[in-house]
Amino acid sequence: MDDARALPLRPRPRRRSRAKAQASDRRELLRDGDGAGSRAAAELERTWQDKPGLRGFLSANGHKTTGLRFVVTAFVFAGLAGIMGGLMRHQLATANSHLVGPDFYNQLFSMHGTAMMFLFAVPVMQGFALYVVPLMIGTRNTAFPRMSACAYWLYLLGGLLLFGAFATNTGPDAGWFAYVPLAGPQYGIGKRADFWNMLVTYSEAMGLMVAVDITTTILKLRAPGMTLRQMPLFVWASLVTSVMIIFAMPMVMLGANLVQFDRMLGTHFFNPAEGGDPLLWQHLFWFFGHPEVYFIFIPALGFVSAIIPTFARRPMFGHDAIVLSLITTGFLSFGLWVHHMFATNLPELGKSFFTAMSFMIAIPTALQIFCWIATIAAGRLVMRTPFLFVLGFFFILMIGGLTGVMLGSVPLDLQVHDTYFVVAHLHYVLIGGAVFPLFAALYYWFPKVTGKMLSERLGRWHFWLFFIGVNLTFFPMHILGLHGMPRRIYTYGAETGWEALSLVSAAGQVINDLGTLLFAINLVRTVFFKSERASADPWGAGTLEWSVASPPPKCNFFALPVVASREPLWSPPAEVTHVQGLSAQIREGLTTTVIDALPDTRYAYPAPEIWPFVAALSVTIWLVWSVWSVPGFAWGLIPPALAFLLWYWPNKKEAIEELKWEGEP
Amino acid sequence: MGGRAVTRREATPASVPAVRKGDALDVSGLPSYGFAHRSLMWWGNAGMMTIEGVAFGFMIVIYFYLRDIARVWPDSGRVPALLFGTINLGVILASAWPNYLAQKAAQDRSLLRVRLWLYVCSLFGIALCAVRWFEFTALNVRWDDGAYGSVVWVLLGLHSFNLVTDVLDTFVLTAVTYSKPVEGKRYVDIAENCGYWYFVVLTWLPIYAVIYFGARI
Repeated sequence: MDDARALPLRPRPRRRSRAKAQASDRRELLRDGDGAGSRAAAELERTWQDKPGLRGFLSANGHKTTGLRFVVTAFVFAGLAGIMGGLMRHQLATANSHLVGPDFYNQLFSMHGTAMMFLFAVPVMQGFALYVVPLMIGTRNTAFPRMSACAYWLYLLGGLLLFGAFATNTGPDAGWFAYVPLAGPQYGIGKRADFWNMLVTYSEAMGLMVAVDITTTILKLRAPGMTLRQMPLFVWASLVTSVMIIFAMPMVMLGANLVQFDRMLGTHFFNPAEGGDPLLWQHLFWFFGHPEVYFIFIPALGFVSAIIPTFARRPMFGHDAIVLSLITTGFLSFGLWVHHMFATNLPELGKSFFTAMSFMIAIPTALQIFCWIATIAAGRLVMRTPFLFVLGFFFILMIGGLTGVMLGSVPLDLQVHDTYFVVAHLHYVLIGGAVFPLFAALYYWFPKVTGKMLSERLGRWHFWLFFIGVNLTFFPMHILGLHGMPRRIYTYGAETGWEALSLVSAAGQVINDLGTLLFAINLVRTVFFKSERASADPWGAGTLEWSVASPPPKCNFFALPVVASREPLWSPPAEVTHVQGLSAQIREGLTTTVIDALPDTRYAYPAPEIWPFVAALSVTIWLVWSVWSVPGFAWGLIPPALAFLLWYWPNKKEAIEELKWEGEP
Repeated sequence: MGGRAVTRREATPASVPAVRKGDALDVSGLPSYGFAHRSLMWWGNAGMMTIEGVAFGFMIVIYFYLRDIARVWPDSGRVPALLFGTINLGVILASAWPNYLAQKAAQDRSLLRVRLWLYVCSLFGIALCAVRWFEFTALNVRWDDGAYGSVVWVLLGLHSFNLVTDVLDTFVLTAVTYSKPVEGKRYVDIAENCGYWYFVVLTWLPIYAVIYFGARI
């Protein structure tokens, strides 16, 4: 069929030759490629600027803005959850303490776990990925920036709702995994469990949206030349995590909704009297819950792999082996969930399988540790704060890993199940495996984000106080657990003999808090009172994010880079260094092929719009409505449907602008 | 330039190459959109389909988990009537054909054909939603009768949610073809919506089998 007949409505210069069309385009359209200081660069900064005012604030969809919002919000939630943890330690520091009652204590530990896992650990890692990945792979924004912006608002509103519920004595009280029947319709009275289910629906929807965004960004928006084999390890870690999220998170979202149906509509999924099964919830939860640990741990491995080469002053030893280990860890983590259920009546043969899997997952992690040790051993070490935190990570994660091997065996697990031994193990793994690398990453990328260096002196104080504090808080818990102290008790008698070690643990918490306080002081001091500027590459690192100014320009790169090696900044200049010819007048980027990163098409990024925020708000109204009213569950769907429709509806002005740049495939 | 030439070029990525100019790679001649896996929309869509596919898969696992521990299945004693579900199976399989033509028309960027087949797809969608309504009434069980009723309702409900969503998407996309100017990337959206429809069609096969024969066999 003739094109002209096929496309009667599209005003395109159809009959002109391509060369002629391009020549005339060049006269009217401004293209990038000239680098900083050029007219195109100034135009690019204007194009990528967020709109002013409140509307602009709510519409912003730059990956740096969204990523930073995620990280800052996650730290605020973590601070609140940390205060709850402190309260619990304070309560248990002495025997027969009645500082808080049993009901409030139930809410405290449920909120602490829920907020730390769903509102801190996963979002903060995704926030980092949103901020760093596009800079590391050499693109101007993520693939679906509006979707990530919407995810942020869902996350914020969901978190506020959960803490709002807690403030009005409606905080969840059935643990962070909300086991039925305790959280079911029969025993979970009031609206407490409903809020937990809602929060999970929120945070998982958010996590899935960001995961799809990051996966697509990594696969399709890498700079030309950045083949999969040359992709930085942190980007690999983000990719593996995002794919894992896509396969694991639907499970808990589905599960939480089934519990909600049981509570709201009278279904019987978890009701044994009517053919349901409470154990089904444990399967649903842990099939997600175990990979969840790795959503937190794998990005942290990525941080470590990004930081070690910089401070060892050499490329990573065993780059390919680390990539394969990350992928293997991702796969194996789906075969571990039953080791959380060793105390249930599952077949013994099945338990042996999960024991074997639990041991096996130590192999890829060990392999990475050996690669890091080799890199450090063969490098010239520069001892700065980020590197200190990486060393702390080694030490604490190792202890957590060793108790993990112990808990992986059924007989030992049965002895210490639901005791403080498990609390000790999980805090060693999560703090060692995620929080230490997270602090390392914060110190490492802070100058890139703010353009200022954090104080080294305060950083070292922070490290040592935090390191000593964490060990003092959680190490005694191993012994308490072996002495039989159960989890989730709000008080205990003096005759148990648990008092001395509990007091040590509480003291450790105070030291730990002091360290965190110093960190907060360091942040505030640097951001508000320090004028000294950081250079583009203050650590002398080799990956792309350090090639742009600190903080990066709004459009990230005035000319997209062309990459020829894993550490482009450490390599001699290549023959072809950058891309030219993308629009400076609309938000345009370049898509490349999945494996070889060959230039494929130009891509017009979605412009900032208010609709993602409106959509998130309307989804919130729906979920809250559905907690109180069954018809609300159906009618409440109408506003989100309208919001998504308006979100998608083409903006005429934008369409006309983009048409000027259109080129057919 | 003929439609077939467009199709042929579609098959090879980076068909209009980036040109080297000094130390720069000039990409101004590259297309501003591409179909199938060249488009980001395809990848986003694939991600969403994976998420929903995982949810469907787990719902089926839950069905058999509950069936496994039940003494009598279905515990209500009455199996779902076959008629409406089977009608739906026929209609939904037939709908793949106009859907294919709509996708093809979008790839050819033929606005008139796109509109025509989107209208036909919308009619199919309305018919499917109507039959689906009767399907719920013919399940012969309420969601609160027991675990069997719960799992059947949620399984059918999940698929219906996707069905209704995609039918609404089809309405919206039909309307968008009247919002001028129609950019090239809208044709990609239409083609990807058709891709999603295949997902709705294909997932119905196992769900139909489980709902209607899981209670019989």
